[in-house]
Amino acid sequence: MSDAALLDVAGLTVALPVEGEQREVLRDVSLQIRPGEAVGLVGESGSGKSMTARAIDRLLPRGATVRGRIAFRGADVAALSGSQLRGYRNKVAMIFQDPRAHVNPVRRIGDFMTEALRTNLGVSAADARTRAADMLASVGIEDGERRLRQYPHEMSGGMLQRVMIAAALLTEPALLLADEPTTALDVTTQAEVMAILAELREQYGLSMLFITHDLELAAAICDRTVVMYAGQIVEVRASELLHGDPLHPYTAALAAARPDIGQQSSRLRAISGRPLSAFEAPPGECAFAPRCPHAQPQCVAAVPELTELDGGLSRCARVAELRGQLETTNA
Amino acid sequence: MRDGEAVLTVTRLRKEFGSLVAVDDISFQVQPGRSLAIVGESGSGKTTIARMIVGLERPTRGTIAACGQDRSRPARSARDRRRRGGEVQIVFQDPYTSLDPRQTAEQAIDEVLRLHHGWPAGRRRTRTAELTGLVGLDARQARALPRALSGGQRQRVAIARALAAEPRILILDESVAALDVSIQAQVLNLLADIRDETAVSYVLISHDLAVVRQLTDEAIVMHRGRMVERGPTGQILDDPQHPYTRRLRESVPRPGWKPTRRGFTAATAKDDEPL
Repeated sequence: MSDAALLDVAGLTVALPVEGEQREVLRDVSLQIRPGEAVGLVGESGSGKSMTARAIDRLLPRGATVRGRIAFRGADVAALSGSQLRGYRNKVAMIFQDPRAHVNPVRRIGDFMTEALRTNLGVSAADARTRAADMLASVGIEDGERRLRQYPHEMSGGMLQRVMIAAALLTEPALLLADEPTTALDVTTQAEVMAILAELREQYGLSMLFITHDLELAAAICDRTVVMYAGQIVEVRASELLHGDPLHPYTAALAAARPDIGQQSSRLRAISGRPLSAFEAPPGECAFAPRCPHAQPQCVAAVPELTELDGGLSRCARVAELRGQLETTNA
Repeated sequence: MRDGEAVLTVTRLRKEFGSLVAVDDISFQVQPGRSLAIVGESGSGKTTIARMIVGLERPTRGTIAACGQDRSRPARSARDRRRRGGEVQIVFQDPYTSLDPRQTAEQAIDEVLRLHHGWPAGRRRTRTAELTGLVGLDARQARALPRALSGGQRQRVAIARALAAEPRILILDESVAALDVSIQAQVLNLLADIRDETAVSYVLISHDLAVVRQLTDEAIVMHRGRMVERGPTGQILDDPQHPYTRRLRESVPRPGWKPTRRGFTAATAKDDEPL
């Protein structure tokens, strides 16, 4: 699979400096994204889902220690510098949850959108503006010429997120890293933005890593979904199987904890305790064991390996014996 | 207040901000121990209604009565304000900004008990322990400052503090929206237990239709300041009548969901509001 992979992350372990010590936030993360594929990355606070995307785009904070290898089209991403790194970020573009935090409020939309084209790719200013206006039209913003003269504060959150998507696509990326791009948006706007992303992905053959806390959203729009807990991948599964037939108790627990829009339940199957970060997780055992209703002595004897079963991967010591026994609906 | 009388009555409520009509002719009632959802997206007016009920905004027109007492006009005295606090409390989305960073959970609850009930220290201590226990905070967490607590724990503190005033109505303004899924389920179960034990009424302000289903009996759907639909929560979600409610329902991701793009026009591209 790694031969055909557009992006190949192998054994990625990241630690960040906190209060004078290096604290692990990612542990041995390996994942591949193939051309045209949409991969969901799901997890709660501290799971490491955003940090994975930042590591891929070389956007980790200063002082981060990184082990493992990230390869894009076979080339080592860690070795890139200067113009190569800028070129890589044009090919692996990122969009964020809060567009306002990632756009300069005193620069016009047009200057923001055309910057990479003009400075990195040598496109003339006039040509860049034409391309930007065309791209705005393809994300559903008409009247592009006027929009290019506007400032971010003149736009709503949903509009600005469309602008960010358009800006990211201008450099013709092969992979889009989308970090909770619709979480701050209203549901009807989310549906709109997701439809735009789906169309553009098809049109440009774009791959996507879609980061979200919403299992249902990931399942609905991604081919495969990767579930993270405490800085580790705990499950990789075809999206259509993830909700109804998960392999890992954590995935099942996440599905069961969400209230059901179709019916009220007397009690939700809450997961006791709270989600942990990698450095908080007990060493040498399954990180989810303290909260897992299926935990047994073997779960705390060693860190389970990511093992293959029924076309998916699961980091659970009891994966085979728990097959078909995991509850995914609320009580 | 007599039995069977509404605990909250909102009549022809209107709020203007300059030329903008944020809330337009809204009327509803909440019965004791029942829960109402106010559903809508940004700009629907749902949060403005909540702010008027607790007295953070003054209505342009219309009346609000809680426990039979009018609260459309500002309180005239500290006593009046305390009485109102004993009728209605609110829990906001972000406990970071609604808790005093220098107060532990115990101190925050104790202060409310002293102001609202004027109890002696011993009785306050007993009740504080009951309330922190009710929301599932352990002794260490009860003595911790907000910055030492997780988001879910802070939200429990905010709920315990609101309950200390023994309100008849608790307004939950997106109170579980920012919580992780596993923690959100804990807090939703907690809110259901509290309602069973205290007969408090909830007014849930939310955009999350699954949370609305789980916690409320009735719902009103707001769009651009107006009520477009009202009825039993289950009926509204299973068989929405208004085109906007249908659109809202269809926008929720689910297995097999295919997000659709509305036909774009210059008018719809001007803002993100549907219809």
